[in-house]
Amino acid sequence: MDTGVSHNASAHTGLPEHFAAWFASRGWQPRPHQLEMLETVSGGQSALLVAPTGGGKTLAGFLSSLVDLAQGAAGRGLHTLYVSPLKALAVDITRNLEAPIREMGLNIRVEARTGDTPVHKRQRQKSNPPDILITTPEQVSLLITQEGAEHYFANLNVVILDELHSMAPTKRGCLLALALARLHRFSPGLKRIGLSATVASPDTLRAWLMPQGELGVEHMAAFVNAPGGAEPDIAIMRCNEEVRMPWSGHSSAYALPDIYEAVKSAGMALVFTNTRSQAERIFHELWTLNEDALPIALHHGSLDVSQRRKVEAAMAAGTLRAVVCTSTLDLGIDWGDVDLVINVGAPKGSSRILQRIGRANHRFEEPSRALLVPSNRFEVLECEAARVAAYEGAQDGEGPAELKRDVLAQHIMGSAVAAPFDPDELYAEITSAWPYRNLTRQDFDQAVDFVSTGGYALKSYERFARLKQTPDGQMRLTHPRLAQSYRMNAGTIVEAEMLKVKLAGKRRSSAGKPLNKWGGKVLGEVEEWFIEQLRIGDTFLFAGQILRLEAVEELNALVSRADASEPMIPSYQGGKFPLSTYLAGRVRVMLAQPETWKHLPDQVRDWLKVQQWKSILPLPHQMLVETFPRADKHYLMCYPFDGRLAHQTLGMLLTRRLERAGMQPLGFVCNDYALSVWCVRDVSQAIETGRLSLAHLFDEDMLGDDLDAWLAESMLMKRTFRTCAIIAGLIERRWPGQEKSGRQMTVSADLIYDVLRSHQPDHWLLKAAWDDAASGLIDAKRLAMMLARIKGNVIHKPLEQVSPLAVPVMLEIGREPVYGDAHDALLAEAADDLVDEAMRLV
Amino acid sequence: MTLCLPKLPTTSLTKPCGSSDAMTVRLNGIEFLPCLSGALYVPEYDTLLIADLHLEKGSSRAHLGQLLPPYDTRAGLLALQAAMAKWMPATVMLLGDSFHDEAGPDRMTAADRMLLERLASTADFIWLSGNHDGCLPDALPGSRSVETALGGITLRHEPACGASNEVAGHLHPVAAIRRRGRRLRTKCFVVSPARIILPAFGAYTGGLDVRHEAFRPLLSGEAFRVIMVGKTALHALPGRAVL
Repeated sequence: MDTGVSHNASAHTGLPEHFAAWFASRGWQPRPHQLEMLETVSGGQSALLVAPTGGGKTLAGFLSSLVDLAQGAAGRGLHTLYVSPLKALAVDITRNLEAPIREMGLNIRVEARTGDTPVHKRQRQKSNPPDILITTPEQVSLLITQEGAEHYFANLNVVILDELHSMAPTKRGCLLALALARLHRFSPGLKRIGLSATVASPDTLRAWLMPQGELGVEHMAAFVNAPGGAEPDIAIMRCNEEVRMPWSGHSSAYALPDIYEAVKSAGMALVFTNTRSQAERIFHELWTLNEDALPIALHHGSLDVSQRRKVEAAMAAGTLRAVVCTSTLDLGIDWGDVDLVINVGAPKGSSRILQRIGRANHRFEEPSRALLVPSNRFEVLECEAARVAAYEGAQDGEGPAELKRDVLAQHIMGSAVAAPFDPDELYAEITSAWPYRNLTRQDFDQAVDFVSTGGYALKSYERFARLKQTPDGQMRLTHPRLAQSYRMNAGTIVEAEMLKVKLAGKRRSSAGKPLNKWGGKVLGEVEEWFIEQLRIGDTFLFAGQILRLEAVEELNALVSRADASEPMIPSYQGGKFPLSTYLAGRVRVMLAQPETWKHLPDQVRDWLKVQQWKSILPLPHQMLVETFPRADKHYLMCYPFDGRLAHQTLGMLLTRRLERAGMQPLGFVCNDYALSVWCVRDVSQAIETGRLSLAHLFDEDMLGDDLDAWLAESMLMKRTFRTCAIIAGLIERRWPGQEKSGRQMTVSADLIYDVLRSHQPDHWLLKAAWDDAASGLIDAKRLAMMLARIKGNVIHKPLEQVSPLAVPVMLEIGREPVYGDAHDALLAEAADDLVDEAMRLV
Repeated sequence: MTLCLPKLPTTSLTKPCGSSDAMTVRLNGIEFLPCLSGALYVPEYDTLLIADLHLEKGSSRAHLGQLLPPYDTRAGLLALQAAMAKWMPATVMLLGDSFHDEAGPDRMTAADRMLLERLASTADFIWLSGNHDGCLPDALPGSRSVETALGGITLRHEPACGASNEVAGHLHPVAAIRRRGRRLRTKCFVVSPARIILPAFGAYTGGLDVRHEAFRPLLSGEAFRVIMVGKTALHALPGRAVL
């Protein structure tokens, strides 16, 4: 080691000698962005560090704290709070920090606190705080409501928010921002460090980190940008031209032999899929091909935790060759030496794919190797767009979430749990948090009213109010029981109702019930809707096995191992993520520019050429509408490329308008790219004779009354409302002393929604749910952008028969659920079928 | 007012299955008309049967801090008003769990109490007791009973194992069909040779799937039908179609 160099380094950067020596002893050199972070934060500033995976981000975040603590700040109460979105990440970081502390002989105590931390340890952390506490957003929200929180955090020097790009766009981000505003009050000199992957707009995150003051003036944290590593090596899977590229569907079955070969050629591969059922299927199929008995494992969020931990440990130990996984492995946990990422299915977004690719090779200087596997023709276009975008490093992730009212209500309740609050002071504190900087006082007062008495026009809960105003104007909790209940229910992650999947014995008692009533081994958890659509005896893939549903008892789905070789898999539920606006734009441009097709497989190129010949390939700003007859129905196809959620909403609204225009629409299906509506009447003729105007059909005014009327009944709206009601504390999941039977105690959110909507349609929480749905499940925001874009740019092509571009969506008919208001029609159909059966003579 | 009627061994529907907004069910010779509202009308006795209103369920946990929208009582009474308007019955028989708890009547708003009194002034109200409301205050309009009879039919809250010719509530039956990738779940009447079970009428009442084991001893070995309550029509299906 050349001590002269490290002396120099310390002289210039403030890196103490023993730190420099430690770096050198590991054969490392501090990276420029690590030193820049040290200098910025030691100088009293907050900072956002944007660095790609593998860039030594964590150490860069902690370096200033370690230096400060080593220079005498240790042992004086909590110094640094580190917040990570994942429990597992918290444990991982604790382990990674302990090494340099031990090796440099520093006297610094690091502890983790998650939902799993035992009570006695939490007590100790409270009475004798560590120097560095590693935790999750939910725990921070609980810590700030504890008695004595202002003393606990009084000496807090730094708060580090890891994976900020993944937390800020969510409700957890909103809750965290509110907690940050509280911490600022406890410790006004607090410095904030955000660690983030590359994002589209770093300035927004810089502002997000800082307290916001008067309107129009945005305070921003300093910006430290680490250079990217080597350019990634991204390829799109090319199959033998004899293999037919699927027109539609998401199974990717055609590519499995090639995926297997790719796994074989890699040291350790991660195979990402978009959904759990896709992961199960790929895993199952890979094992049927696995002649070499490669150790291939499965990892997704529904598997039992112990099972997941086993897979993670095996990865870290390097004993696996491949893991088939979902987004649960998206975040920055360093599991081992991955040298190939295979992404099966559509990438959906440029930032998404960049982060997944970043999982390959944590050695910064070497290129990450990735293979994109499209599962149908449209996905080939999407993969190509994503590949080019990834080379350019183009980002398209979501910006931070703003003004989530349900989270606001939870925070107000939490504030009262901590101590009586002054509404004026709390309003000032909340509006200093970036997501709430535009919160009006009226909206805030309504939130306080909601928390106190439910915010109902019918003032029946005054005597049961949860908060009451004291003579000096403070809002005070009316009963300590409410605090207990708050602590049990805090958080923003609302799961669908989950059932435990348990292996039951196959033996049956004389009454025909499975004997082993409580089941045996727990394989994991699965959403209730999934089990609800199965019948007893149906088989499905779960945890890599084919299981037979035996019974559903309380919160358990009892299953047995099935002998079947072909499981019944429920219809594909669509990707969780709609195609990003950015990638959609690139796909539209690609379609309009045949010179860019040279990278596409021959079959896909031919498909587009035939479309060009038979119909039209629209220009990027245009939207093509095709109409054609087929089997005594008339189809209207349109290609907005705006993602499944927006298309679904568009489909609902279009069918209403076509109904009014007398076209007698029967149903519609959509995917991420296109929408198909079928009608009894001749749509081509109606357009040509001027009876139906496309400009009117796609007019922006559909987002008014039509949208309201549809939403009122929509399941999507009900699902959104349920989440809001739980986060806002209207529906409690857990009761003191009643942890297990929560379901019997609560009223279904759907019923509450129906009653509230008909009796107080302007209720504050309905407003909150409506805002959420507009940017979430119904994606009305994106639909509005699309309608504005295509205004005056709708081109119509009447056809004699289906066009090549229409085939993929047409094939979804019969496979995807058909939408429309068919409640009684479906019930009648079920009854009629049975009439037919009863009346049949042979 | 018991009438002597010949004993018939089974119930029957006018059609084996099918959909309609007017449907007839017979039990022990008496004709019953299931309604879209979830009520059951008995023309021969000009009586409307209602089960499991669960009034004031919304406010039942308010003292513990759970402040559900307090509109369920109003919604339930308005639905009752609509069901009564259709038949103008002489008698309204409430088959128990009319209130979510015994203190429920005290929590009613003045407006809701007036609405209830107005309804009770147009028909005789008979409140059967249920497990949630075993003892209701005398101030409620109408009379009280534990169980009662209409001709050869026993009316009670909780269906009794081994009994026959009874009409009851308590179980909140719902049934589901699966169709075109969608699953539809609705409230339903359960009709077996021995009994009719009414769906819950209240605005906040959940449901229990007819596949649940609680139904098993009541339906064991017997063919039964469900009459699913759609938005615009009733749909009769054999029990095996929803299993």
